[in-house]
Amino acid sequence: MRWLRAALAPLLLVLVLLGAWEFYADLHSASSFVLPAPHAVVSALWDNAGFLVANLAKTAEEVALGLLLALALGFALAVLVHLSSPLRRAVYPLAVGSQAIPIAVIAPLLVFWWGFGVLPKLAVIVLICFFPVLVTTVDALGAIDRDQLKLLRTLDASRWQAFRFAELPAALPAALSGARIALAIGVIGAYIAESQTATSGIHAGLGHEINADLTALQTPRAYAAAVVLFALAIACFYALALAERTLAPWAQRSRGETP
Amino acid sequence: MAADAGRGRDAGDRALAIDVRDVARTFTDRRGRRVEALAGVSLSTARGELLAVVGPSGCGKTTLLELICELQAPEAGSVACDRAVLMPQHDLLLPWLDALDNASLALRIAHVPRAAARARAVALFAELGLAGFEQARPHELSGGMRQRVAFVRTLLSGKPLLCLDEPFGALDALTRAEMQDWLARALAHEPRTVALVTHDVEEAVLLADRVVVLSPRPGRVVAQLEVGLARPRRRTDAAVVALREQALDALALGRAATT
Repeated sequence: MRWLRAALAPLLLVLVLLGAWEFYADLHSASSFVLPAPHAVVSALWDNAGFLVANLAKTAEEVALGLLLALALGFALAVLVHLSSPLRRAVYPLAVGSQAIPIAVIAPLLVFWWGFGVLPKLAVIVLICFFPVLVTTVDALGAIDRDQLKLLRTLDASRWQAFRFAELPAALPAALSGARIALAIGVIGAYIAESQTATSGIHAGLGHEINADLTALQTPRAYAAAVVLFALAIACFYALALAERTLAPWAQRSRGETP
Repeated sequence: MAADAGRGRDAGDRALAIDVRDVARTFTDRRGRRVEALAGVSLSTARGELLAVVGPSGCGKTTLLELICELQAPEAGSVACDRAVLMPQHDLLLPWLDALDNASLALRIAHVPRAAARARAVALFAELGLAGFEQARPHELSGGMRQRVAFVRTLLSGKPLLCLDEPFGALDALTRAEMQDWLARALAHEPRTVALVTHDVEEAVLLADRVVVLSPRPGRVVAQLEVGLARPRRRTDAAVVALREQALDALALGRAATT
């Protein structure tokens, strides 16, 4: 029951805000083209459920694949950078520099080059998400007690064994935390990449849908799609938190409560 | 290890477990100043003996152990020792492994299958009063219990020489006394050559066959005391108290000589 009490306050706040929104939209009789009231969004959700789910599947696939790839890339780079200081000098500035690339500018270029398939979207998501994974993992690898490594050496551990027994398990939860940090911007990346998709009619993802609906003045459905996108981000966040708790239960205790 | 050959690690041609002669070691601190850790230290230990090294903090005790464990090389003099394993002050148990996996880490590093490695640790757990804690994770154990598991890990490295670096320094006084008794019993059960570094003179006299007193930095040998008392010893025994006074006097002498 504790979780219920913890959820009560934010839930109430959300209800109050929704009520205010509803009241505002009705009072000003704002056209639902401009600002649909919550009840209009809910009915758009209901009416277009199949359509939204089909688009959600597309976007979820991109986000999930992109996050996995970003985790793998970020983790692998972190290990390389940790093990070799020449590589660190070569890779780190480039990785930092990659975060200065304006995603909204590069996304259409990638779509132009690679077409409307899943590839450019993955590229954008990975480009955004690998960095937090890299940084948190490098930090975790560097934070390992030096005495721990000395101890392992006197136990005759090879460099690889020291990595396998001490460094890898310590870095794993950090990489997952990094992915969690990356997630919010990752979803934005998916939206940007999808909104460049020119095709219509087929299910091209929620990002594409929001843009297309706004152009067609189907505003309630655009809001409904945004709600679904929001739910996807939250679901991914909790999936990563769950993965962290399952794969690295020891990390939870040192960091305290889960979100 | 291949590196052993050059340093006379073959036990056959040496009567001594530790043979350190005229060793000097300096290092450069963070500000680039040269700091003399050890200056002309000679000491030796026969096999099966427990050597305690006492000295004020910063006198190069840890450096001495790292030389013995081959984690550092001397700048002058020679170090010829049996194969040594380090037990640092902090237990450094891996939080993702249970007590048995932590204790049998050296066996896993030596490519012993996990079940067999755990079985060997189980036997030692039973002998050394750790039965019932096999499955416990480090965070579930008290400080004293964690040091016991760390000691079993040290034993299972299979090396003839144990280097204990202030093993009880982080424990409260009561637990420390309890652990000293436990260690004496454990060593009676599993005899090894031990180099015990401590700043606790009483601990040295209680446990050791011989006590070497070092001066403040740069560390030199100020006195060597043969303990030669029957075991088990009690801290209130007149002979123990007398030797403790003698060691404290030597420490004071060393301090006076340097300042």
